[in-house]
Amino acid sequence: MPHDHHDDTEEMVARVRALETVLVEKGLVDPAAVDAIIETYSEKVGPKNGAAVVARAWVDAEFADWLARDATAAIHSLGFTGRQGEHMQAVFNTAGRHNVVVCTLCSCYPWATLGLPPVWYKAPPYRSRVVIEPRAVLAEFGTVVPEDIEIRVWDSTAELRYLVIPERPVGTEGLAEAELAALVTRDSMIGVVRELSV
Amino acid sequence: MNGPQDLGGQMGFGPVAPEPDEPLFHAEWEPRVLGLTLACGALGHWGIDESRHARESIPPADYLSFSYYRIWFTALCALLERHGEVSAEELLAGEALGPPRRAERCLAAERVPGVLSAGGPTERAVAAPAAFGVGDMVRARVMHPATHTRLPRYVRGCVGRIEAVHGGHVFPDASAHGLGEAPEWLYTVAFDGTALWGADAEPGLSVTVDAWEPYLERV
Repeated sequence: MPHDHHDDTEEMVARVRALETVLVEKGLVDPAAVDAIIETYSEKVGPKNGAAVVARAWVDAEFADWLARDATAAIHSLGFTGRQGEHMQAVFNTAGRHNVVVCTLCSCYPWATLGLPPVWYKAPPYRSRVVIEPRAVLAEFGTVVPEDIEIRVWDSTAELRYLVIPERPVGTEGLAEAELAALVTRDSMIGVVRELSV
Repeated sequence: MNGPQDLGGQMGFGPVAPEPDEPLFHAEWEPRVLGLTLACGALGHWGIDESRHARESIPPADYLSFSYYRIWFTALCALLERHGEVSAEELLAGEALGPPRRAERCLAAERVPGVLSAGGPTERAVAAPAAFGVGDMVRARVMHPATHTRLPRYVRGCVGRIEAVHGGHVFPDASAHGLGEAPEWLYTVAFDGTALWGADAEPGLSVTVDAWEPYLERV
């Protein structure tokens, strides 16, 4: 385990199995539905969705403008709808500003575009620190933001979910949209990484 | 509530420690908890606000030592007990000992894609006009309800600027406690780093929260 809670695996295996057994016996849960939910978030929904949004914004100025004005409609138009993506806001990195997303109160995260959040996003170190010392936190991801660039932290306290739109790397003028999407990382769309490598 | 969930600005938790090539799940029981939580949500006994409140009601020492899916599991058991679907005796026995309440709403596998892609939008009409507009300066109220709220402690009492008006949204402080959706205007409020942290703020920092109108007062 990467985090410092005690190893509770055996206990949790037994308790979760007991809960599922009771729910299935009572007809409250269809185990095939549980499988389908897991499959959706393991295989179908993930950061490739967000990367497609970013790449489209890079190649299509009209889409980028729509994304800035009404990210919900623009993102839904690409088919990325559903839980934890009902209300979206895109925040664009610029030469003078870097954006970072957090949920200090729980684990709010744009599932429809990024999939399930990583453990560190949900854990106390990130949630407690990124609103007070984002530059120090970003440095732990290898991201050093010069002091003349502002840092804007978006704390997701309501049902609005934030997607960071990184800047298009220089030297990518000749790349097709799908090739551009392949450059976009999950961490750059959370905002803990600023520069994308080509 | 001033519970263990409200972490912004606390110190002492150590480095962030991202994992390279992190797996989606770290134990086989974790995806079952994800699936069970979403499947049980379809029974319609509670919404996202009540489930968040159940998680933040876990005692602080437990909340801070549990993995995130264990927090979800603990809250799910509490919600199922509260709404009469599962008893503590059943969880111990690992078998059904009494009848269900809403088995007719059991989420069938074939409904999963539709339910997940529909999601649960929270925007609602509000009859009254918005009290604030973009550019207005507002103070996050000093308030310490013992019940659920989404106004983090680190902004309470601080002055910020309305950056966006998002329409009416379900009000978590009511919705978490079975008091209906009671929609209120929702705003994005931006605070300068120095307004939140004084001289200890990092240079060039601003932080936003999304705040419902009852959280704010004009300055």
